[in-house]
Amino acid sequence: MDWTFTFISLAKILGVIFVIVLPLVSYTVYAERRISAIIQDRVGPNRTGFPLTVLGFKKDLVLPLGGLGQPIADAMKFILKEDFTPASVNKFYYWLAPCLAMAPAMLTIAVVPFGSTLFGVPMVIANVNIGVLFVFAIASLGVYGIVLAGWSSNSKYPFLGGVRSTSQMISYELSLGLSIIPLFLVMGELNLTKIVEYQIAHGWTIIPFSNLPNFLPGLFDHRAHHVMAYVNWRQILLWVPMFISFVVFTISIFAETNRLPFDLPEAETELVAGYHTEYSSMKFALFFLGEYAAMITGCSIIVTLFLGGWYVPFIPDGTHGWVWGLVNIAVFFGKVSALLLFFIWIRWTLPRFRYDQLMRLGWIYLFEIALVNVILTAGILAIPQSWFS
Amino acid sequence: MSNPTTTTAPPPVQMLNVQVDGVWHQFPKGTRVIEACSQAGAYVPRYCYHPKLSSPGNCRMCLIEMGMPKMGADRKPEMGPDGKPVINWIPRPQISCAQDVAEGMGLRTDSPMVQECRKGVMEFLLINHPLDCTICDQAGECRLQEFSVEYGQDSSRFLEEKVHKPKHVDLGPRITLDDERCILCSRCIRFTKEIAHDDALGFVDRGSYSTLTAHKGVPFDNNYSLNTVDICPVGALTSNDFRFKMRVWFLKETKSICTSCGTGCNTVVGSRQDVMYRQTPRENNEVNSVWMCDYGRLNFHFLHDEKRLTNPQVRLADHTMSEVDWKDALSRAVGQLRSFKGEEIAIIASARMTNEELYLTRRLADALKCTLMDVVPRQGEGDDILLSADRNPNTAGARLLGVAAATPGAKLREIIEGVNAKRIHALVCLGEDAAEQGATAEALHDLPCLVTTSILPNGTTAASTVVLPGSGFAEKRGSMINVKGRLQRLNRAINAPGNARDDWEILRDLILGLTGSNGLYMVEDLFRAMANDVKEFAGLSLSKIGDLGVQIIQEEEKKAVPTDVEETRTGTLPTPP
Amino acid sequence: MAITIQRPNLTLKEKMYFPAILGGLATTIRHAFRMLTGKTHVAMQYPEEKWDSHLPAYYRGAPALVKDEHGRERCVACQLCEFICPPRAIKITPGEIPEGDKFRKVEKYPEAFDIDMIRCIYCGLCEEVCPEAAIFLQKDYAITGESRGEMVHHKEKLYELGGLKTGLVHKWNDKK
Repeated sequence: MDWTFTFISLAKILGVIFVIVLPLVSYTVYAERRISAIIQDRVGPNRTGFPLTVLGFKKDLVLPLGGLGQPIADAMKFILKEDFTPASVNKFYYWLAPCLAMAPAMLTIAVVPFGSTLFGVPMVIANVNIGVLFVFAIASLGVYGIVLAGWSSNSKYPFLGGVRSTSQMISYELSLGLSIIPLFLVMGELNLTKIVEYQIAHGWTIIPFSNLPNFLPGLFDHRAHHVMAYVNWRQILLWVPMFISFVVFTISIFAETNRLPFDLPEAETELVAGYHTEYSSMKFALFFLGEYAAMITGCSIIVTLFLGGWYVPFIPDGTHGWVWGLVNIAVFFGKVSALLLFFIWIRWTLPRFRYDQLMRLGWIYLFEIALVNVILTAGILAIPQSWFS
Repeated sequence: MSNPTTTTAPPPVQMLNVQVDGVWHQFPKGTRVIEACSQAGAYVPRYCYHPKLSSPGNCRMCLIEMGMPKMGADRKPEMGPDGKPVINWIPRPQISCAQDVAEGMGLRTDSPMVQECRKGVMEFLLINHPLDCTICDQAGECRLQEFSVEYGQDSSRFLEEKVHKPKHVDLGPRITLDDERCILCSRCIRFTKEIAHDDALGFVDRGSYSTLTAHKGVPFDNNYSLNTVDICPVGALTSNDFRFKMRVWFLKETKSICTSCGTGCNTVVGSRQDVMYRQTPRENNEVNSVWMCDYGRLNFHFLHDEKRLTNPQVRLADHTMSEVDWKDALSRAVGQLRSFKGEEIAIIASARMTNEELYLTRRLADALKCTLMDVVPRQGEGDDILLSADRNPNTAGARLLGVAAATPGAKLREIIEGVNAKRIHALVCLGEDAAEQGATAEALHDLPCLVTTSILPNGTTAASTVVLPGSGFAEKRGSMINVKGRLQRLNRAINAPGNARDDWEILRDLILGLTGSNGLYMVEDLFRAMANDVKEFAGLSLSKIGDLGVQIIQEEEKKAVPTDVEETRTGTLPTPP
Repeated sequence: MAITIQRPNLTLKEKMYFPAILGGLATTIRHAFRMLTGKTHVAMQYPEEKWDSHLPAYYRGAPALVKDEHGRERCVACQLCEFICPPRAIKITPGEIPEGDKFRKVEKYPEAFDIDMIRCIYCGLCEEVCPEAAIFLQKDYAITGESRGEMVHHKEKLYELGGLKTGLVHKWNDKK
């Protein structure tokens, strides 16, 4: 065993989970509350500061950071609440379910390249060559947490929530998987790091030629018709199936993470709180945070597959110095955050689907669109290169 | 009002035809007009009339229109087209409380003239009446308030100065009089004269200045004085004991019986939030008519004594008492009792216990194989009105269930002497104080087992090895048999304080500890078991006793029991399956 | 009997969902923008901004007891407010005014008068029912305490809140 490798991996795991993802989860919850308030003409949580007087300071820090202490206060509340286990539940699965809700979301982060390199170390915890398959395999386990919670609670609302979530997640996993096959047809890669590298070379998946600025020095040196040397008609054609992939994949991620408009497993108006009705204290918090962690994971995957990962034009990678390495990480999580904001924006805009509409959308539209998209991509790729020149 | 029911068939009563508000009814001869109207469903307001007193007809509130059959030339009533007599209406209103119904009589209780009369009488009565309702204890059960709303007018036309009379007059040790509120109905005067036979009250002065007062030098303190507070239709006579304690509309009314003597007067207990505020008599013509004595009425304040026992106690090795939980106390009591032979054990029960508790006492004695038990007799001076010389409420029950000797108290001496001579090693004292009966403190203290149930601490509880706090009469359910052999029911009005328990549950748990399960979970179960074992209770249940009680021992039968022969009813009870 | 509900026939544009979704997103972002630029009027921020100057004359705040112009406590412990109080917040222990007191003619007064402000719902029925004009709802609304015990207003606190009120009831003055 290479001890250096172990140490570096451990540092990466701890750094990503405890320094980046978990705080991001907490503050996504806060952002959700603040942004929903802003959208709904309210103020939102703007008061909880940091009680610095407890630590011996002279003044509490409240303004202008009012509200930023809210996630910490929430966490304290969850920890201090009574951890109640109803008498009629199946204890083993009842305790197992919250773990299963949180763990897969955290695990999938392992294969996501969240930066270029830092001091020569690639910023991905596990650089496996089947990265995307790993993501799907692990993310699918998330449904067990919900199903087990619903079933072991021995109560009708959680049970209905569990049943709904099973059918919903199974339905949308089909289109989720199918929708990115075109990507692999084009890139010929499953390794997420390589996918990012492909996008550095060819531009973001959904914005072709966004790598053009890289060649700017060349562009200024040549006549306009030389620009076409860098522009590939096939790539322009391929943009259509890539964009379709992006839309289908994003919608499916919404469904996979049980976000509105697909939050049927926990529809408050119908199911009290769905599968976590019987949970309290930290066990409830695990479901709650697991959901947001899954959201962050989902956004990371979208960013990696479609939005160029850590790459933005003009910004060099980590080989040009550790500062750039840090900037790459910041860029990645900046993109993730922007996508999270989009998720939140969607949530506070759309109403919930009816159950039959949900199933219809999954099975009749997204599944078919994804299938046709595969054939379309294959067709474009089959066109001989000579036709374009 | 119901008449006394007698076992012999009553002689046939002549029925009279009377028209009330246009409808013909039949009433027995001798019925008061005001009662006939009530029976026909037309209530006539009244102040001075009381069914148990004479009728002076001085309040004028019961004015109605009356008429007699029109007589033809042949001195026979003329018949109308409907075949009923034609009625000649008397032009002036008549009082309905001082006249009996007659054949062919016509009554109008709601005609415009009657309404006008009532309005006028109400206005007269209210002319000098003070606006004291906010501080008046009668508010809420005041006839003046009720009839004013129902028959009076909404405002006063009286502009002159009201006549002022004495207020808060100290009429006797238990009664405060407010003369301004008095409407001069004279119910209290008639009661003292006719029922209490203590002619202490009367009116002085004339007209608007008429004033109720006690005769000079004659204190109004007979034992029935508080009944005048009950019958006073307004707030003129108020009970010092209940005055300003609680507004009547808050009181929960629980039907019960008085347990201060063997008569067992029927009562209504007024309580609010586990505090008993008063008890008032309830009509039962077989027992107490509508009266009760002041002694019994006021004998409930011990229920709220500060010293009430609220937790079981056991005596520790260093002779200090320590509060423990019920499980602990009961298992200790059972363990102590079990270690003695039957002849070493004695039980002092109480004739203040209910039949159910006495029955369990008997079962406890059987379980302990104890034969030495008796109740504590209480004799006082009786009167010929209600108060019985036997101050125990359930002597008959104790005798019937074999807990008391035929002459209650006959074996008590033997028990006390046994304790003092240290022949008896275990004593069970149920609601009684052995120290008061002559047992020396030292002898009690030396007993290796002294199990006591009590509601208040006394000389015996101080020396007990186990003290089990019980419930008072308003805190429990059960039945008692009065001196005339009538089985009557106690109902729970308030909860016992702290952890105190119903006495029957304590006895049940003691027996349970000694013999194992007995299937008694509710007081209803207990009564059923008792009805199976004791023939006098056969076919009865707590609910079948009803509010008015059931005669289960006929007076003749009771007299047939020779009082000088002991042990007539102390054979062992059949063991229930 | 089965009831057939006619579903609306959607046009292609409606079936697409996307135009509607985009419209919705535009609406929410417009609200968010107006909020962020401070154009939205938001609710009063309580501890910093207070309501006191806007309280209407009929505002119902904490109930309080009042004394009359002679310093007599108006309440005679008739317990009507205790009776009418929907959440049973009021508890009165009546007592008799002792011989020799200058208000002896009134005879009755409240020995204790407790209002549990955790229970009080500020309905004002006590003020409405009071025959002696002794209890009034004041404008105090910030009733706070750190324990249940602190939230019970005893008689002294109630008179402190209520103070003096003249006029209205004269019948006890005319009394002998």
